[in-house]
Amino acid sequence: MASSYNAKEEDGHVAVPGGGTIQNKKPDNTAFKQQRLPAWQPILTAGTVLPAFFVIGLIFIPIGIGLYVTSNNIKEFEIDYTGTDMSSPCFNCSQSFSWNSTRPCTCALPFSLEQPFESNVFMYYGLSNFYQNHRRYVKSRDDSQLNGDTTSLMNPSKECEPYARNEKMPIAPCGAIANSMFNDTLDLYYIDPNGTRIQIPLMKKGIAWWTDKHVKFRNPGGNPNLTSAFQGTTKPINWRKPVYELDTDAENNGFINEDFIVWMRTAALPTFRKLYRIIQKKNNMTPTLPRGNYTLEVTYNYPVRSFEGRKRVILSTISWMGGKNPFLGIAYITVGSVCFFLGVVLLIIHHKYGSRNNTADIPN
Amino acid sequence: MDFSVLRNLISRYCAGEEYWVDSRTVYIGHKEPPLGADAYIPQRYPDNRIVSSKYTLWNFIPKNLFEQFRRIANFYFLLIFLVQLIIDTPTSPVTSGLPLFFVITVTAIKQGYEDWLRHKADRSINECPVDVVQEGTVVRTQSHKLRVGDVVMAREDETFPCDLILLSSSRDDGTCYVTTTSLDGESSHKTYYAVPDTMAFKTEQEVDSLHATIECEQPQPDLYKFVGRINIYKESEDPIARPLGAENLLLRGATLKNTERIYAVAIYTGMDTKMTLNYQSKSQKRSAVEKSMNAFLIVYLCILISKAVINTVLKYAWQWSPDHDEPWYNHRTEIDRERHVVIRAFTDFLAFMVLFNYIIPVSMYVTVEMQKFLGSYFIAWDKDMYDEELGEGAQVNTSDLNEELGQVEYVFTDKTGTLTENNMEFIECCVDGHVYIPHAICNGQILSAASSIDMIDSSPGGYHREHEELFFRALCLCHTVQVKEEETVDSIKRGIHQGKPTSFYISSSPDEVALVEGMKRLGYTYLRLKDRHMEILNKDDEIERFELLHVLNFDSVRRRMSVIVKSSAGEYLLFCKGADSSIFPRVVSGKVGQVRARVEQNALEGLRTLCVAYRSLSLVDYEEACHQLSDAKLALQDREQRLAQAYDLIERDFTLLGATAVEDRLQEKAADTIESLHKAGMKVWVLTGDKMETAAATCYASKLFRRSTQILELTKKRTKEQSLHDVLFDLSRTVLRQRSLSGLSVDCHDYGLIIDGATLSEVLKPSPESSGSGNYREIFLEICRNCSAVLCCRMAPLQKAQIVKLIKASKEHPITLAIGDGANDVSMILEAHVGIGIMGKEGRQAARNSDYAIPKFKHLKKMLLVHGHFYYIRIAELVQYFFYKNVCFIFPQFLYQFFCGFSQQPLYDTAYLTLYNISFTSLPILLYSLIEKHVSIETLKRDPTLYRDVAKNSLLRWPVFLYWTCLGLFDACIFFFGAYFLFDNTTFTSNGQLMTTNTQMMFGNWTFGTLVFTVLVFTVTFKLALDTHHWTWINHFVIWGSLLFYVIFSLLWGGIIWPFLNYQRMYYVFMQMLSSGPAWLSIILLITVSLLPDVVKKVLCRTLWPTATERAQSTCPCLTVEPSTIFVLSQSDSRLSF
Repeated sequence: MASSYNAKEEDGHVAVPGGGTIQNKKPDNTAFKQQRLPAWQPILTAGTVLPAFFVIGLIFIPIGIGLYVTSNNIKEFEIDYTGTDMSSPCFNCSQSFSWNSTRPCTCALPFSLEQPFESNVFMYYGLSNFYQNHRRYVKSRDDSQLNGDTTSLMNPSKECEPYARNEKMPIAPCGAIANSMFNDTLDLYYIDPNGTRIQIPLMKKGIAWWTDKHVKFRNPGGNPNLTSAFQGTTKPINWRKPVYELDTDAENNGFINEDFIVWMRTAALPTFRKLYRIIQKKNNMTPTLPRGNYTLEVTYNYPVRSFEGRKRVILSTISWMGGKNPFLGIAYITVGSVCFFLGVVLLIIHHKYGSRNNTADIPN
Repeated sequence: MDFSVLRNLISRYCAGEEYWVDSRTVYIGHKEPPLGADAYIPQRYPDNRIVSSKYTLWNFIPKNLFEQFRRIANFYFLLIFLVQLIIDTPTSPVTSGLPLFFVITVTAIKQGYEDWLRHKADRSINECPVDVVQEGTVVRTQSHKLRVGDVVMAREDETFPCDLILLSSSRDDGTCYVTTTSLDGESSHKTYYAVPDTMAFKTEQEVDSLHATIECEQPQPDLYKFVGRINIYKESEDPIARPLGAENLLLRGATLKNTERIYAVAIYTGMDTKMTLNYQSKSQKRSAVEKSMNAFLIVYLCILISKAVINTVLKYAWQWSPDHDEPWYNHRTEIDRERHVVIRAFTDFLAFMVLFNYIIPVSMYVTVEMQKFLGSYFIAWDKDMYDEELGEGAQVNTSDLNEELGQVEYVFTDKTGTLTENNMEFIECCVDGHVYIPHAICNGQILSAASSIDMIDSSPGGYHREHEELFFRALCLCHTVQVKEEETVDSIKRGIHQGKPTSFYISSSPDEVALVEGMKRLGYTYLRLKDRHMEILNKDDEIERFELLHVLNFDSVRRRMSVIVKSSAGEYLLFCKGADSSIFPRVVSGKVGQVRARVEQNALEGLRTLCVAYRSLSLVDYEEACHQLSDAKLALQDREQRLAQAYDLIERDFTLLGATAVEDRLQEKAADTIESLHKAGMKVWVLTGDKMETAAATCYASKLFRRSTQILELTKKRTKEQSLHDVLFDLSRTVLRQRSLSGLSVDCHDYGLIIDGATLSEVLKPSPESSGSGNYREIFLEICRNCSAVLCCRMAPLQKAQIVKLIKASKEHPITLAIGDGANDVSMILEAHVGIGIMGKEGRQAARNSDYAIPKFKHLKKMLLVHGHFYYIRIAELVQYFFYKNVCFIFPQFLYQFFCGFSQQPLYDTAYLTLYNISFTSLPILLYSLIEKHVSIETLKRDPTLYRDVAKNSLLRWPVFLYWTCLGLFDACIFFFGAYFLFDNTTFTSNGQLMTTNTQMMFGNWTFGTLVFTVLVFTVTFKLALDTHHWTWINHFVIWGSLLFYVIFSLLWGGIIWPFLNYQRMYYVFMQMLSSGPAWLSIILLITVSLLPDVVKKVLCRTLWPTATERAQSTCPCLTVEPSTIFVLSQSDSRLSF
C-alpha cells in the first residue's frame, strides 16, 4: 500500500547525493559534516533519575496538600430545582411547561446554609445531559454577526441553519446556541431570623471574559438605539423578547449582554455549570452570605425534562486556584507520593544492581 | 518486472511498426542495396533527439498532478480532502487541503525546475554540431538531425553523438582509441577495430562510395554486448559478410582519443542508444524497516477503520432516542432530516474517518524521505571514508537503504580487488619444474640471459631450453595488453627518459600487466602491436615478430585465453594461459606433475597462479580453427554459445609449458575489518573465482579462518571419492554434534566451510525427485548456518548471485550485503539486499551498479558499524515516534466522541489539527533522525559487538511497536481524562486575576481542547528530548524552538480577531487558559504523569537488563567527558581519543 511512495521513483531518475557532483573533492572536515558537533550527552540512569524523583515528590506533595486544603476551604452549596420529584416545589412548573405560555411559572425553593460564606460568592446555574458540545450545536453560530457586522446581521451564515431565518426574516442572534439560551431567572432571598425576606443583590456584570465583551461581541452599527440597529431582524424562535430587550442597561444589552456571552461559550462536556451572578462582599464585618435560611425564587422558563436534563444552582466561594477542585490536589499528592516511592525503589535497585553493572563493564 | 522492455513494446506498437523484427538492417549512407539482395525496406527509427525531460509546457500540469497523486500519501490526502469537500465533515477541507496544496506545489515547482534544466541540457546536446558525410562532402549539422544510416565523421576528443559502427580510422591499422569514462568510469583507453574491408576508406569520397548494409540486433542495454553483421556490396561480386561485435561499436558518450579522425555509421540513435537505455532505473530495493513500517501502517489503518465503525455504531445506538438525536435546542436542517438513514450513517462513517485520519502519519513518509535523502549526505561527507590515492570518498547511489546497513547478517565479499589490493606483482614462474625468480635482476637492467635468471633447479637441457623460450614468448604474446607510449604524456617526462623509449602497459586485467612486466624483467620485452604483428625484444636484443591471427578472449566461464600467432618462421602456434583447472585437463604432454606441485605450493602461499601451455598447429589445423571461429563469429544468434564451442574445440591437446605466480597483497586493514564484522555477528562469506588453495590462503591471511578453525571441505575432490549425499550428511553430522556439545562449552570450535563452484551447482541442481534436491539445499544451509566463515571458490559470476539468493530465501530471511569491485560481482551486488561497490582497478561497473560505493574494503567497517548502526537507530525511532505521537494526538479525539454525543466534534481547533504534524512536532524528530548519536563513533568502532543490539530489526519488532502504541494510548488517556476531571468534577475556572480583577470566568470546549493540545505538544516533545542522547546546539535550538513556536503561534492565533475567517472560536482562549493557575498546575502535572512510565521503564531496563549499547553508554561518558559547551560552533575534531 503506502510503500509505493517514493519521490525518486516517480521522478524517473535517481537522486545521487554526493555522487558524481563532488567527485575528486575531499569532504570538508567540519564538525557538522563529520558528525562530531560538541554535545551534551545525558543518560537516564537510576543514579541521575533518583534525585529528580525525590525532588518531584518533594515539590508535588506540598503543592498537592496546599491545593487540597485550599479546595476544602472553598464553600460550595448546590441545589437541584429541576422539579422531577412530586415533592419538589418546581414540579408543577416543570410539568406544565409550554413554549407559548405568556404567564411565567415561578417556584420558590427554601434552603439553609450551615456555614457562612465569607468572601465573594459566585452563583452558577448547572445543566446536565445538555450537549452543548454537539458538533451541530457548536458550529451553529455566526461570529461575524455577533461582532456587529451589518451584512451578517441581515444574512446570517449558513451554519446557523435551521435557526437562520424565521419566515424570511433573519434571526438575530442566529443559530442553535443563541436560540437555546438559558432563560430561567434566579433570585435569592435571605430569611432573617425574625422572618423578613431580604433580597440579596446579584451582580450581573463581570461574569463574561473581558475580551469577549469588549472585542469579540459587538452590537451592530454603532447605533446607540439598539431597536433601530436590529431593525429588520427577528428574535430567535424560543426567545420571549428580542435581543435588544435583554437588559435595560445599554452597556449590557444586545449582543454584549453578559448572560448571553456566557451562554455562547459552549461547554466542553454535557454536564456543565455557567456563571450566573456574583454576590459581592459588602464589608469586612459581615459575611457575604451568613448562615441561616434562604429562598431561591425561580422563574421557570427553561425546559429540560424532554432530554432528561437537570438544572441546578450552585453557590460557591473561590480561592486563588479557582473553584472547588479536590481532584487537582489529590492528583498532585498521588503523583508526588508515587514519585517518592519510585525514588525509593530505584534507590534500592540502584544499590543492588547498579554498582554491579558499573564495575563489570569497564572495558579492558 | 522489466519495465523498459514493456515500454519498448508498447511504444513500438503504439507507433504502428508492424514490421517489428528482431534485428534491424541499416543502409549505410541510405543507399539501397543492389537488386537481388533483400528487398529494401525503409525502416523508421527515432531520430537522434535525446529527450530526458518528462514534461512539455502543455502536459506539465495534468501529467505532474497525475504522477504526484500516484503516491499513496498524496492520494490519501486527496481522498480525505475530497470527502471533506463533498460531505459535511467536522474539520474544514483546509486542514488537509492546505498541506496537500503545499506539498503538491512545492514538488511541482521542484520538478518543473528540474525538468526545465533537463530541457536545457537536452537542447544543448541535441543542438551540438556533428559532421556528416553527404554525397562525398562533410556537412555540419545538428546532433538531433542525425538518422540511422548516416555516416558520421568524428575528430579527436569529440564525443560520439550516437552508437556508431566504426568504418575506418585515420590510423593505418583501422583501430581507434576510445575512453568510456563517462559511461562506466574506466579511464583506460580501449581499442576499437574497423572491419578490414572498410578500413581503407580514408576520405569522405571514399566513404561515400561504400555500399553496404549492416544487420544488427535491436538495441539492448548491455554495454559490452553487440552482435551484428556487415554486408559489403561490390560491383559484380557477391556481398561480403563480416561479423561485427562489441569491438566495432562506438558508444554514445564515449570520447575519441589518440586518433585523428574516424568515419563511422550510425546504427542506434536517440533513445535507442545503449547509454540512454542504461539510464533506466534499477529495480527498487526495499529495506526491512520499510517493510515493518508498512506492516505498522496496516495495523493503524485497521485501528482507524475500527474506530470509525465503533463510533458510527455507537452514535446510532445512542441516537435511538429522539431526545438524544434531536433535542429541542438542536434541530437538524430540513435537508438533513430528509436524507435516508443509510446515507446518513455512511456520511457519518466518512466524517469519523476524516476526524481520525491523522492517526495515519502521512507526514511520516515525507519525513522519512527527507531523513533518508539528507542523511545520506553524511556518508558522502565522511572524511574517514575518503581515499587520498583515489581522490574519492564514499558514494551513495540510493538513499533508500541507509538503515539496512545496520541490519546486515551476511556479508558476501569478492576476493580479488576487494579483500586484496588487486595490485599484482609477478613473483615467480616455473618452467617444467624449474623456478625463475626475477628479483635477482637489478635496476630493471636487461642483463644477459644466463646470469639474469636465478635458477633453483639446475641442469637445463636443450629440450628444456626450448621450452623456456617458448614459455617466455607465450607470456609475451598471450595477452590483450596495450602499450601506451610515452609521447602522449607531457614532453618533460620524455626528456627524463632520454633515448630509451619508455612505455607502459595498460590492460583491463592487472594480472596481465604484472605478467608482461615480469617477462620484461626476465628479458623478454613486449614492444607493440603493429600491423597485426606483435613485436618482442628477446634476451639477445633482437626483435622477433609474430603475426597475431586470432585472440580467443578471456572469459570467466572458460577461465583461460589463447592467441594464435604465426611466427616469422611460418609456424602456427596457439598459446594459452589460464587457471590450472582449465588447463590441466587439456594437456597431453609436458611435466604436469612437477608443475602441478609447484602450482599447489604457490597457491597455498596465497599467490595467484596461471598455467601456460601451447599447441603447435599445422596449416590444416589452423585453417579448420579459422573456419570454426569465423563461423561462430558470423552467427547472429547464439553467437556466444557457438564461440564457446569453437574455443572448446580449438583449445585442446596442449603441451604444458609452466606456471606463473603473481602476488596480490591484502588490502590494508582487511583482516581487522573482517574480524570486526565477525564480532558484530555477521557471517562473512568469500565468493571468488580463484582456486581453492589461493583463496584459502587469503582467508587465513585476512583472519576469516583462524588457526583454530576447523575446515570443512565440500569440493569436487571430495565428492569424487564419496557421493555428494554422503559428504553432506557427514558434514552436517559433524556440525550438529558440535552444536549439541557446545551447549556446555560455548564456541569451542568454529567451523569454516570451503565449497567450490562445481559442487555448489550440484547441491543446488534441481533434481527430478524434488524432495531430494530440497533436502540437499536444506542440509547445505544448515551446515552454513553453523559455520562462522564460508569460502566459495571457483565461482562463476552467476553462481555468486545464486548463493546470495539462496541465503536470502532461507527461512530466516537474513539481510545480505554483497561487496565487490569487478564486473563479475555485479550480479551479486544487484541480488543482495545491499550492494556495495569498491571503486577498484577493474573499472567502475561494480560501483555503478551498487547502492553504495566505497574506495576501500576497510571502509566497510565504518559504513556498517557506525553509519549503519546510526541510521537504523535513527529511523527506528523516527518510525515509532511518529506512530506514537499520532496516537497521542488522535486518541483524545476518539475519547471525546463519547462525551459529545458521537457528533464528530473535533477536540482541537482547525489550526492545531493542521499544524500539529507540519510544524509543532515535525522538526525535532527530523533533526533527531539526522544527528542522533546514542554512543560515540569511537565506541561503535572499538566495540563491534554493539552491532548485535540492533540486529534482526530489533527496534521495530512487534513488542516494541506495541510498547510505543500502549505508551501513546496511556498518554492520550492521561491528557484526556486529566482535563476531563478538571472540567467535570468541579468548575474549571479561573479568577482571572492576571487579566482583570476578580472576575470568574468560564472555560468552554475550545479551552478544553487547547489544554489537551498544549499538554500533548509538550509531552511528545519532551518524550523525544528524553530519547535524545546527543544534545548539540542544534537539538537545543530545534526542541526548545519548536515549543516556543507553539506558544507564540497560539498567542498570535488567539490574539486577534482574524479577518476573513468565519469563526473566532480561539479568540483569547490560549491567553485565558494561561492566566489561570489551575491550568498551569494541571499542565505540569499531566506532562509529568505522561512521561513517568517511560522514564521508569527506561531506568529499570537499563539497571536490570542493560543491553550492550547501554553499558557502553554508561561507561563512556565518564571517560570521554565532552565539555557541555552547547553553543560552541567551532570545529572540534581535535578531541583526544582514549
